[in-house]
Amino acid sequence: MATKPTSSSTPAKKATQTPRQAPPKTRTGVAGPNRWDYAPAPESTSIVQLRDRYDHFIGGEWVKPASKKYFTTVSPSTLKPLAEVAEGTAKDVDKAVRAARAAFENDWSKRSGAERGRFLFRIARILQERAREFAVLESMDGGKPIKESRDVDVPLAAAHFFYYAGWADKLEYAFPGQKVRPLGVAGQVIPWNFPLMMLAWKVAPALAAGNTVVLKPAETTPLTALLFCEVLEQAGLPAGVVNIVTGDGVAGAAVVSHPDVDKVAFTGSTAVGKQIARAVAGTDKKVTLELGGKAANIVFDDAPLDQAVEGIVNGIYFNQGHVCCAGSRLFVQESAYDAVIAKLKRRMETLRIGDPLDKNTDVGAINSKAQLERITALVGAGVEEGAEIWQPSCELPKKGYYFRPTVFTGVSQSHRIAQEEIFGPVLSVLTFRTPAEAIEKANNTPYGLSAGVWTEKGSRILSMVSKLKAGVVWANTFNRFDPTSPFGGFQESGYGREGGLQGLAPYLHVEKG
Amino acid sequence: MALAESQILRRNEPSDLSVRAVVDAAHAVTIDQVGVEERAASFTKRSIKKDAKLWGLDLAIRTMDLTTLEGADTPGKVRALSAKAIHPDPTNPDIPSVAAVCVFPNFVAVAKRALEGSGVQVASVATGFPSGQVPFSAKLDDVRAAVEDGADEIDMVIDRGAFLRGDYATVYEEVKRIREACGDAHLKVILETGELGSYDDVRAASWISMAAGADFIKTSTGKIGAAATLPVTLVMLEAIRDYWELTGIKVGMKPAGGIRTAKQSLQYLVMLNETLGLEWMRPELWRFGASSLLNDVLMQLRTQATGAYSGGDYFTLD
Repeated sequence: MATKPTSSSTPAKKATQTPRQAPPKTRTGVAGPNRWDYAPAPESTSIVQLRDRYDHFIGGEWVKPASKKYFTTVSPSTLKPLAEVAEGTAKDVDKAVRAARAAFENDWSKRSGAERGRFLFRIARILQERAREFAVLESMDGGKPIKESRDVDVPLAAAHFFYYAGWADKLEYAFPGQKVRPLGVAGQVIPWNFPLMMLAWKVAPALAAGNTVVLKPAETTPLTALLFCEVLEQAGLPAGVVNIVTGDGVAGAAVVSHPDVDKVAFTGSTAVGKQIARAVAGTDKKVTLELGGKAANIVFDDAPLDQAVEGIVNGIYFNQGHVCCAGSRLFVQESAYDAVIAKLKRRMETLRIGDPLDKNTDVGAINSKAQLERITALVGAGVEEGAEIWQPSCELPKKGYYFRPTVFTGVSQSHRIAQEEIFGPVLSVLTFRTPAEAIEKANNTPYGLSAGVWTEKGSRILSMVSKLKAGVVWANTFNRFDPTSPFGGFQESGYGREGGLQGLAPYLHVEKG
Repeated sequence: MALAESQILRRNEPSDLSVRAVVDAAHAVTIDQVGVEERAASFTKRSIKKDAKLWGLDLAIRTMDLTTLEGADTPGKVRALSAKAIHPDPTNPDIPSVAAVCVFPNFVAVAKRALEGSGVQVASVATGFPSGQVPFSAKLDDVRAAVEDGADEIDMVIDRGAFLRGDYATVYEEVKRIREACGDAHLKVILETGELGSYDDVRAASWISMAAGADFIKTSTGKIGAAATLPVTLVMLEAIRDYWELTGIKVGMKPAGGIRTAKQSLQYLVMLNETLGLEWMRPELWRFGASSLLNDVLMQLRTQATGAYSGGDYFTLD
């Protein structure tokens, strides 16, 4: 190999020749000065027809809230109000549970599995047909890049309905030799990070198993759930089988604690999960909780590093890090540390942060002001505790809730940023020397939702997987989801599984036949 | 007056490391197939519009090696292609010339005369193209004849048979000696990635070629079914980046074969932009090896200018 230039230890990054035509400066702030910049490519929002005001969807009808109150849902990127949404209270929830109970007793539980499957297939197909509408609305209401809502959220939501539609008439084969029957009314409370997808994860298995549903979408992202009511109408789903009550924690608590709810399914924070566990203690409600996480993404020095860096970036910056299974703790073997950090920083300089509706945006807006404040506070704590902060040189839009993708190096296990779930685009990098040390540190958390292992050595993958305390362990990839695969946590990341065959069981009484 | 140091591209030189050291380095990095294919596919999701698209398409022309490599080639065909290379769209003087015309050694002299004074380079395939299954002495003669006739660039093929049986030394030594025989002519080394077994092999062959002094590494001959793909090109771009970080030398990249549409060319340029950056986005460090790509790019450029698609008959077939 030729020798290194003596003038500097790293190659000069200056452009050595001006191109014949300078790259067009059509959009500032999304890339470094040394790059071909892309013109704005905004997805049109004209496909979405929003009403000014949404009521609850109960018993197949739009029902005004008992409180007569509405709240406004805003776009986190433009800060413009999108629509007014009914503020649910216990009275509304009670009405919804009664509608669900009636639909369960008089209609849904009497239908054959094949019939239920037919409705679910219909819903899945309509979701696919209206995919662009849902994707655009999801990005408007929640701030996630259109690239992700278009290619991940909506297709996966449809896939869940397709998958569980297939189980509806095969339940007796799902649990051979055992008798199964539905539970009754399922009360479901879902988060704001994957609004439509979480709805699908909850509603599809519940209906396939023969239950009826009362679902409360998150306060900041109710719109795709309300648009989903149109899909239910289009599919001709019997009234009351799915009821949507919007609102904040008041409505959520009412769903969880309603005495006529047989099954509670919740995805969200560990703090709220604990409240729910307390609320249902002593009742005969079945519960699944899918809570927080602080996943370890473990990179060994023999890993394919360029692909590992992609996995690191996807692990923590996908959906602005608003992912319960985000790879927020990166453990790098010390011998590969310099290479990984250099590659990671260079890769992060190419991330495009901005308008969620621009097709070239990689990282969109933070979901809400409250979440932005929480991220800012925890990042501040990281700096105060002495970790070294690094962010790419991108400019952020002037308006809207944005946070620069952030990497902390020099992080210790005892730092808050290594312990607490930040739920934002913030990566904490730690190092390890041996596989045993990696396991010990990775497992040293009250959570246990997911983990990642990067190595070329197959035997090491198997050994790590068997020792990591996490519901999902990805090997040489990260953040991969499929309706056929169960998902769920250990310890304070919750209990019960969603997805796959295992995701059916929590919605059924399974008895020895 | 001397150019600033940073403005001169330092040419790659054959390494004086042992074969063993080069081969070890060549295999030091592994590639995950699923990951690299996923990353390559992500570049196709970029939406390139307006000014950015115009600049990209203009660059695609400026970095194109307009190619004819047929048994049926004649001096007349080569002259026609050369005329097209200089003025791709005779109705529009704003359209730049392509980077080079790529021909068989027999037509180097013809192309040289036809392109004289235009700035368009003459590239010649050599070393028993496309299979490389000829005695090494014949490979050397092939190269020398092309260089004597005035070739500015030589596109050689590696000995895939040697590579696949693990005889990396032969591959390395051959590239080194061909590089010597090239003299001032720049050397592009064709890996024929479609005949290599894996991305790991593409990475290793890239590294051996660069260590042996390649000015460019190139994916394919275009003579077998499997030609350039985005993931193969990404693996090679990452090898180029690692080589640059180690040595400070910038090696060029040429995907060839199978790139037929303007849209595809923009996908490659997006990948280049986000992997090596603007510095590599010039004919000294990037080429498209293509024969039918040019007309589609011209058609897209005219569509951008006029807002309407033109029929194929408005562009010359050469």
